[in-house]
Amino acid sequence: MSRHLRYLVPLAIFAVLAAFLYRGLSLDPKLVPSPLIDKPVPSFSLPTLKDPEAMISDTTLKGKVWMMNIWATWCSACRAEHEVLLHLARTGKISIYGLNYKDKRPAAIRWLQQLGDPYVANAFDEQGRVGIDWGVYGAPETFIVDKQGIIRYKHIGPLSIDIVNNEILPLILELESAAG
Amino acid sequence: MTPRRKKRLYLVSLIVIGVGIAAALGLNAFNENIMFFHAPTAVVQGEAPKDHVFRLGGLVTNGSVRRQPDGLTVLFDVTDNAETVTIQYTGILPDLFREGQGIVANGKLRDDGVFVADEVLAKHDENYMPPEVADALKTAHQEGVEKAAGNAAPQ
Amino acid sequence: MIPELGHFALILTLCLTLVLSIFPMIGSLNNTPAWVSLARPAAWGQFVFVAIAFACLLSSFLNDDFSVLYVAQHGNTQLPTIYKVSAVWGAHEGSLLLWALILSGWTLAVAIFSRDLPEEVVARVLSVMGIVSIGFLSFLIFTSNPFERTFPVPLEGGDLNPLLQDLGLAIHPPMLYMGYVGLSVAFSFAIAALVGGKLDAAWARWSRPWTLVAWVFLTIGITLGSWWAYYELGWGGWWFWDPVENASFMPWLAGTALIHSLAVAEKRGAFKRWTVLLALLAFSLSLLGTFLVRSGVLTSVHSFASDPERGLFILIFLCVVIGGSLALYAWRAPDVTSGGRFDLLSRETLLLGNNLLLVVITAFILLGTLAPLVYDALGWGKISVGFPWFNAMFVSFTPFLVVLMGIGPLTRWKHHDAGDLARQLRIAFLVSIAGGLIAASPLFHQASIGAGLAVMLSLWVVTTLLASIRLRLKHRDGLAAMGRDFLSRGGRSYYGMVVAHLGIAVFIIGVTFVSLFEVEEDIRMSPGQTAELGGYTFRFEGVQPHQGANYRADRGTIRVTKDGEEVTLLHPEKRTYLVQTKPMTEAGIDGRLMRDIYVSLGESLGRGDWSLRLYYKPFVRWIWLGGILIAVGGLLAASDRRYRIKVRRTVVDTAKSIRSKPLAAESRS
Repeated sequence: MSRHLRYLVPLAIFAVLAAFLYRGLSLDPKLVPSPLIDKPVPSFSLPTLKDPEAMISDTTLKGKVWMMNIWATWCSACRAEHEVLLHLARTGKISIYGLNYKDKRPAAIRWLQQLGDPYVANAFDEQGRVGIDWGVYGAPETFIVDKQGIIRYKHIGPLSIDIVNNEILPLILELESAAG
Repeated sequence: MTPRRKKRLYLVSLIVIGVGIAAALGLNAFNENIMFFHAPTAVVQGEAPKDHVFRLGGLVTNGSVRRQPDGLTVLFDVTDNAETVTIQYTGILPDLFREGQGIVANGKLRDDGVFVADEVLAKHDENYMPPEVADALKTAHQEGVEKAAGNAAPQ
Repeated sequence: MIPELGHFALILTLCLTLVLSIFPMIGSLNNTPAWVSLARPAAWGQFVFVAIAFACLLSSFLNDDFSVLYVAQHGNTQLPTIYKVSAVWGAHEGSLLLWALILSGWTLAVAIFSRDLPEEVVARVLSVMGIVSIGFLSFLIFTSNPFERTFPVPLEGGDLNPLLQDLGLAIHPPMLYMGYVGLSVAFSFAIAALVGGKLDAAWARWSRPWTLVAWVFLTIGITLGSWWAYYELGWGGWWFWDPVENASFMPWLAGTALIHSLAVAEKRGAFKRWTVLLALLAFSLSLLGTFLVRSGVLTSVHSFASDPERGLFILIFLCVVIGGSLALYAWRAPDVTSGGRFDLLSRETLLLGNNLLLVVITAFILLGTLAPLVYDALGWGKISVGFPWFNAMFVSFTPFLVVLMGIGPLTRWKHHDAGDLARQLRIAFLVSIAGGLIAASPLFHQASIGAGLAVMLSLWVVTTLLASIRLRLKHRDGLAAMGRDFLSRGGRSYYGMVVAHLGIAVFIIGVTFVSLFEVEEDIRMSPGQTAELGGYTFRFEGVQPHQGANYRADRGTIRVTKDGEEVTLLHPEKRTYLVQTKPMTEAGIDGRLMRDIYVSLGESLGRGDWSLRLYYKPFVRWIWLGGILIAVGGLLAASDRRYRIKVRRTVVDTAKSIRSKPLAAESRS
């Protein structure tokens, strides 16, 4: 009997290993729900991208359902999701505001000129301080905020048309129909 | 015990002892060679080792990069949005080192509180922050939020 | 249209693979010849359709079809054509498709080159490979579809990561995958043998050439990766004990143990259980490596997209394949009969020692690689295991391995007289010690025990190899006979061993000498200023802007002279690629056999001053030269005629024995 037990050792070692690997997957910060869900939008006040004199802040955005998209010209995944944003903007179902994150103003403006501008307005977060308040790890990230200014949804990584159709549009519908 | 059995026993014992010694040495050296990660808050609160190499990570504070006259030594601050530590590094900084970026440095804490780095690492993809740094920021943010809520409560 | 065709082809491939996995295996157990014979056609079908899928993705890249999301993310109209090709496997989804293509390629190869194997063995082997394919194909189709469309269609693609726009790195993944996937053949043979309950010398003989070829590819892939890191990353390093590198090194170590173990199993019928376990281990480590690189569980300088959801899929796949195979091992291995007996001093014992050392090293590397994960999971803090520990650990074990490597080929199977062996090793021993002492002394660069040890070990390998060749020639009369020996049966695998072991000796010299004697300096230089390093004079002649095909660069000029004679003009660059705007350092390297001179640009310090890193690296190319020799040795061994001749001999012998029987009976009476 003990002879047979000896041969189970490799399997036992693998089982322990697999347990650690499984645990390792759940430790990834991306898998952990954002602590900002169902919390109020972190207050911010930043110059807009196109006009440095004008300011944009969270208070001006209260009272409607809106989307915050964190993006930058140095982020290749942002370019990939840009078409999805343009498409979403054209449906007119939601106002998209952008947080231009740790970027250079001229490059960002040129990008929007060349590729199209899905944003109602962009906040220019050169230092990335506001991004940190939003718990941003990198770009792109997208948030949906309800009429009361509470964050209801966060997506890390580029948006795809599937995510827009299956997750975002239904959520927008739900939030719009709620009392304002 | 037959001679063959005896030889087998020698062989097996030799192997077991050999592997045992190797394992013991290896694990011992291991313990001394692992570097723990500490956020700036931990360092300021005195939780980081004083005489041992460790990893310090955070965001490079804007405007804090000061190049020294010799051209190769640079001083900069890292923060987890709660506390800040100054890092000194002599050498060529990695390409992706930038203010506002998350970095991790290996080195030791000097008596005057400056962290002298042997190595500064920035990941090969600006999209992604080193997870330890992200975690540290998250923790500091949560604690900060709690603190603010605690301050606001008496009203 | 074409992407949809590709997607459809993938689905068809999965269907055929399901047929391949299920019917032949069950047919071999039920004795249903009709099902068994499905194996080869199914293997063909699988390959054809996955090749079509691959061709579709390739065509999408070449035609800049940005309606395909993957192409939009990684392609670009300005990308040179060759990199449009390599962009196919430049990121997660495409590289998986490459895995699937290579896996079906190996499956087909086994189907074709196995005419002389019993049908039910072939059926089982192909079925197991099919099961592995199911995992990769489902992963592709359900979670990582490279043919996903994006709408609306972008005008321009995201461009391939500039780091990957390099020929060396373009070939590196295919080489590695050929190795990883090739190890699945040995794995499948092992499973087939466990299922059939027949673990004999024949099984070892069949597995050996396949395993050798896979191992050769893995060797080339790792060597290429190290070479690429050296010249492309700009920091002069060639191995970082990075989790991704370790993920490729561990299967290589297990593969090395496996090919040596197969030799024993084939020649002496011993170590059968060991060999089976190693075959399972080698491929399991390949799969584990794939998981580590793609799941985000470990952070590394160069891991793929980190996505925990995909990670879960791979983990489940790992559990099924590895867990299943180890369970099968636990069930069937005890019934395997033990092979030939051997004495304490015999080649078997030495090879056992070799295997043990390799497995222990692999275990330590696994420990070091996974430790950060274990510590984090147990809440013990966030750690990183440094370079020094891996190095110290590896360097502690290697000398023992090298000592055994020298003695082994000179030792006879089963039993060797100690006194005899000592006499044969005497000269080698003395020469090695003497050489080591001379190298350690201040006669050369500086007194160094490390250099002495390296020279001693390398000399040990070379002298014992010479002793072994001399012994072999003694029975074979001279150089001409050696030539015939080389071409004959049994000869190639011996010379393969010689070349591969020689490669190890060269590698040791390269690694040790560059680590001990390299000189590095970070320095601030103004135009016209000179610096001295390693006996060379470096004159900085300023930095000029420069325009490349799809990048903008700052190009430096450094004039290197020695004793007044110009040695070379180096042009290190700091490039910014137009699309992804990541800064990239291109080193200026003057490479010779005995030393490299290496310069990289740091940053502009104003007024034309720049920080520069200067390197003098002696013997660094010996590292990759060693790797190449090892690969060549493996190829030689794999091409050994006896793998083909033995079969023909069996047929001829059988025919002969039938004809000669009556004659024998006659002569006796």
